[in-house]
This record gives sequence, structure tokens and C-alpha cells, in this order.
Amino acid sequence: MSINDNLFIIIFAAAIYYGTPLVFAALGEILAERSGVINLGVEGMMLLGAVGACWVATNFDGQAGIVLPLALLMAMALATAGAAIHAFLTITLRVNQIISGLALTIFAGIAGVSSYLAGIWDLGQGPVPNQFDNMNLFGLGKVPILGPIIFDQTALTYLSWVCVLGVSIYLFRTRLGLQLRAVGESPQSADSVGVGVARTRYVHVLIGGAFAGIAGACFSLSIVPQWVNGMTAGQGWIALALVIFGFWRPDLMLVGAYLFGGLSSLRFSLQARGIDVPSALLDALPYIMTIVVLVIVSNSAARRRLGAPAALGKPYEREER
Amino acid sequence: MNLGRFGFRLEPRSDLPKHINFTVPVGSFFAALLAGAVLLLITGQNPISTYSRIVERAFLDVDAINGTLVAATPLLFTGLCAAVAFRIGFFNIGGEGQFYIGAITGSGMALALGADAAGWVAIPLMILAGAVGGAIWAAIPGVLRAYLRTNEIITSLMLNYIAAIIAVYLIFESDSFWRDLEGTGQMFPKGKFIPLDAFWPNWSLGSLVVPFGLVLGAVVAVWLWVLQKRTRFGYEMRVVGGAPTTARYAGMRPGRVIVVVAAISGAMAGLGGAASVGNFRHALDPKGLQQSGYGYAGIVVAALARLNPVAVIFVAILIGGITNAGYSLQGADFPSGLVGILEGLILFCTLGGEVLVRYRIARTERRPSTLAAEVGA
Repeated sequence: MSINDNLFIIIFAAAIYYGTPLVFAALGEILAERSGVINLGVEGMMLLGAVGACWVATNFDGQAGIVLPLALLMAMALATAGAAIHAFLTITLRVNQIISGLALTIFAGIAGVSSYLAGIWDLGQGPVPNQFDNMNLFGLGKVPILGPIIFDQTALTYLSWVCVLGVSIYLFRTRLGLQLRAVGESPQSADSVGVGVARTRYVHVLIGGAFAGIAGACFSLSIVPQWVNGMTAGQGWIALALVIFGFWRPDLMLVGAYLFGGLSSLRFSLQARGIDVPSALLDALPYIMTIVVLVIVSNSAARRRLGAPAALGKPYEREER
Repeated sequence: MNLGRFGFRLEPRSDLPKHINFTVPVGSFFAALLAGAVLLLITGQNPISTYSRIVERAFLDVDAINGTLVAATPLLFTGLCAAVAFRIGFFNIGGEGQFYIGAITGSGMALALGADAAGWVAIPLMILAGAVGGAIWAAIPGVLRAYLRTNEIITSLMLNYIAAIIAVYLIFESDSFWRDLEGTGQMFPKGKFIPLDAFWPNWSLGSLVVPFGLVLGAVVAVWLWVLQKRTRFGYEMRVVGGAPTTARYAGMRPGRVIVVVAAISGAMAGLGGAASVGNFRHALDPKGLQQSGYGYAGIVVAALARLNPVAVIFVAILIGGITNAGYSLQGADFPSGLVGILEGLILFCTLGGEVLVRYRIARTERRPSTLAAEVGA
């Protein structure tokens, strides 16, 4: 038995695999919340992305290298369209962000547009023909320890690493990132130096939607990989918790995403080994841990004054006269 | 995007016409139907025939209305659950889970009392058990929010998934007290039926059948209205909801108010769960509960009722009609997912409608460019 069959290595590799959609979804939400807009529609936008990607991957013949990027684009387009509704209502009409986000999840989610589209597109007949496979990068996939963890993931995981790096640099090392954070912290000041508050918020809520779309595609093109109504099973909500867990920072969020990815995969990893643990407990574990982590983080965050952008959830109204 | 660019702006209202409580929700509802029709058209469905079938199956004959009242009963309770909590800014999204827990505790109580208990003993105890179960489940995010400042939206939502896992565990993954272990129940897991005496009554009004749960819900809705409008606690609710700091200065304890309201809110959903077992399902049925999604629909009901408990009664019947039609038209050539789409659109349009309550949409008098042109000339 090689060292790569070690249970911890398997769990570690699975944590990254199952954590990848969480990374995308939470990364998008970080951008939206940094601009001051909470979007509780993540779960719904993920399902829109999942159904869009599934449709392209099912109906287009051709090389995976062409079909899969197209599927991702479709996922991003549909989820961004969902985000646009939320953006219009919360930024232009200044309605309650929480209820608008919930409305988006109900509208797009398990009993909404995503299942409607899956129905009229006749999806769910079987696995999608084009999937994201593990890549065995540079032929290093069998290398002890690091092979399965780092070099034998799917292209989606590598893409997510690039995105995390890119967003981190954007947020903390560029002028535009500084403007974005200013809009989330103090829209009045940003406005007074000529930063368009509404425009900044629109752009980042829409980009957040695109990321949620990719997160959904992770399910329909890789993890499940076929259409199942409501296949994201609450991962969008866990992504929202991860944003708080990561103090609105991409790097800390990444750690949390893999922690929860590991928890979600525990059931499969342990059962594959014939280790008998009550499956109900394992199923509930990610949800229980989300609550525990939130309690710990929200308490210490309050104490250290770390965390939420100051204008988060507040509509911006410029004094008219 | 700014409305100003199109020559409009939002102007805060100083006056609130009385009719707005009625016209805005009605307008929002029809706007949502219109948006849904556009979506149906784009995707190649016929909106007129789809809508007329919904109306037919929801309201147009006695059987349809009876089915609508059955669907309205749980929605009434989950609608009250959301309405009372949202009123103070406690976003309890956990109605779904509190509903499951109410179904578990309500059915557990009926099963524990057994066949010897008379109906007038069993039914009140089931109501109590359902309410207490839901209240405890909702008090968890309530306490966490009030004393540890934990975001209640996510915690209450996580508890939905945990409640669903518990219900599935009780029936499918264990030999629990709730599971029918005799006969076919060994092979095909299902919930044990509660004793006949614990069945909640259905009252006949002519050919109309009114479930006891619906009447109970209406009574509770009126009680909630009185609580909010006519009592000291209702006053504290308004202050805590509007201005928590003021509440503290006035010697109120906002934390306590939040926990109590959370528990009341959960008790509503828990009652709904008990009613669904007592009135309709007569056993714990995890899959059936999960498919219905009553907790989430309750948020739509509460929003369209503008969080007024008495209005929730009527809105629950309206949304119950759509739910019932969606359920009875399922399969065939009726598009799945349409009920959720309509619910989501109703919520969107209600929110959009609220803008008309708070603001007047006015034309911008002078665009800066024209002003500059005039000065120049």
C-alpha cells in the first residue's frame, strides 16, 4: 500500500476537491460585500450556473477543451443575470438587501428557474458527457503525499487558485481595489472624491454572480456530475458563512473553504474505507460546524473590530440638496 | 445605473396615503404575474393557458378550493413565523426547520399518548408539543444573535438542514419511535400513523371542508396582531425593531425581546408542523415535508402581507392556491419550477412595490446639461 492510500491524504485531497465550489462562491461574495452589498442569492445563482453549464455540456459535441469553457461561460452568464436583478433592486431601488437576496434564491433555486430550465431542457437523464477530470499535472499525480493533493486536481481547482490570487492582489494592491473597499467602508467619502458608488457596486455584484455561476458548474460538471434538482444542497449558504469566517479576505476564506470541503467529503472518504460512522451525523457535520465557527468568529470579530465593511447592507443615498 | 440618468429620481414621501397598504401588494402581485408571463413566453410556453389552468385548479370549484385550504394551512403558520420575526429585524429564515421539528414533536406527542388518549386531550397536547419544539429550535439562533452577536440568517438556515437530517434519520436510518416497524414498514421505511383520536378535525361548511389547523392559525394570527398593537410587549418590539439603542436607554432589554420574538416565531412554524401531521399527513413524512418547502414560501407570504399577521391569513390562501395548483398539475405538460418562480417574482415585486411606499418617483426638473446650456445662452 502506497502512502497515497493513507486516509489523511485522501481526506486532504478530497477537501480541496469539495472545497473548490465554496472557494468560487465565497470569492464572489467577498467582492460583492466589499462593495457594501450582501447577496443572499448565492445558492440560487449557483443553481443557475449549474443548470446552464449542464445544458452546454450535454448538448454540444466537440472537444472538452472547447465545450467546457463554453459551459463555464454559460454558467457565468445565467448566474450574472440573476445577480443583475438583485443589483437593480438593491442599488437602484435601494430595497432591503436581505429579502432581495432571499427572493433571488427562491426565484432561481430548487423549486424555481433552475428546475424549470432543467425541465424544459430535458436534463437529468444521466451523467454529462463532458466533465472536468483530474489532470495529473506534469505527470506528478502519483508523487507521494503532494501528488494527489496538489497535482491531481481538476482544472477548476487550478482556476480557483488563480482567481484567489488575482482577487487578493486586486483588493489590496491596486487602485481599483482601494476604491472598491472605500465604497464598502464609506460610500460618502468615495463619492466625494469622484468614485461612482452605484457603478462600483453594480460591477462587483455582477462579478460576484459570475463566480457563483462557476461554483455551480463545479457541481454539474465535476462533483455530481449530472443534473439533480437542488444539487448544491446548501453549499451557497455555507459560502456566505465562509465570507464572515475569512474576515472578508480571500486567503483566510480559502482555508475555511478547504476545512468545510473536508467535512463535506468525510462521509465518502470514511465509507469508502468501510469505517462505520452514523451517516446522519456526518451529513449534519458541515452545518453544525458552520454554526460553531460563526459563533466563535462573530464573537472575536466584535471584540477585535475586525471584519465587515462598515457600509455593508446599507443602501447609499446621496443627499439631494 | 442611476435613475437620474433617465430623468427620474426617488423622492422620500412625507405623506402616506391610506390605500397604499392595499394597492401596493395587489399591484406587486399582478406585476409578478406579468413578469412570469414574459418568462413563460420567452421559454416557449403559453402563459394564458398556464395561468388559466392554475386559477382553475386553485379556486374555480369546490374540490380546488378545499385543496387550496389544505395548502394554505401550513403557509399560514410559516407566514406568521416570518412576519413576527421580520417585524423586529430578526431575519428568521429557519421556518422550514422549525416546521420539521414541530412535525417531529407533534407526532411524537400523539404517538406517546397512544390510542387510549381522547381527542380533547391529545390534540391540545400536540399543539403544545409542536409549538414548544419549534420555539426551542428558533431560540437557538435567537440566543446566539441576542447575546453572541451571531448572524441569525445563516445559523437559522443551517438549522433547517440539520432538522431535515434529523427527520430523515428518524424514519430512514434508525428504528426510532416515529418509524412504522410492522408489516411493510420494515421493507419500505415510513412513519407510524398517529392514533385516530389524535386526528385533527375537518369542519364542513356546505361542501367546503375547513381544516381545524386553518382556524387555529387564524385565531393565532389575530392574537399576534393584538400582541403587536395593543400590549406593552408589542410596543417594546417596535422600539427594539426600530432603534435598539433607544430601547436600551428606555430601560428595555433588547436581547430578551429578540429571544422571546424568536421563540414566538419558531412556535408558529412548529404549530404548522404539528398541524400538517395532525390534520393531513397523520405520520412523520420527511420526504413530503422537504418537497413542500413551506418554510421558504412563508417568507413570501409574510412579505406580500407587509408583515401584518391578519393579512397573512388571506395571502396564505392566495399563495396556497398557487401551491395547490402547482401540486395537482405536476407532471403532464405543466412546467416544473413554476411555483418557485412565481413566489420569487412576487417577493421581488413586493420589494419593488415597497419603494413606492417609501418614495415618490419624480421627474428630475432640470438636467444639469440643459441648465448649463441655458446659462451659456
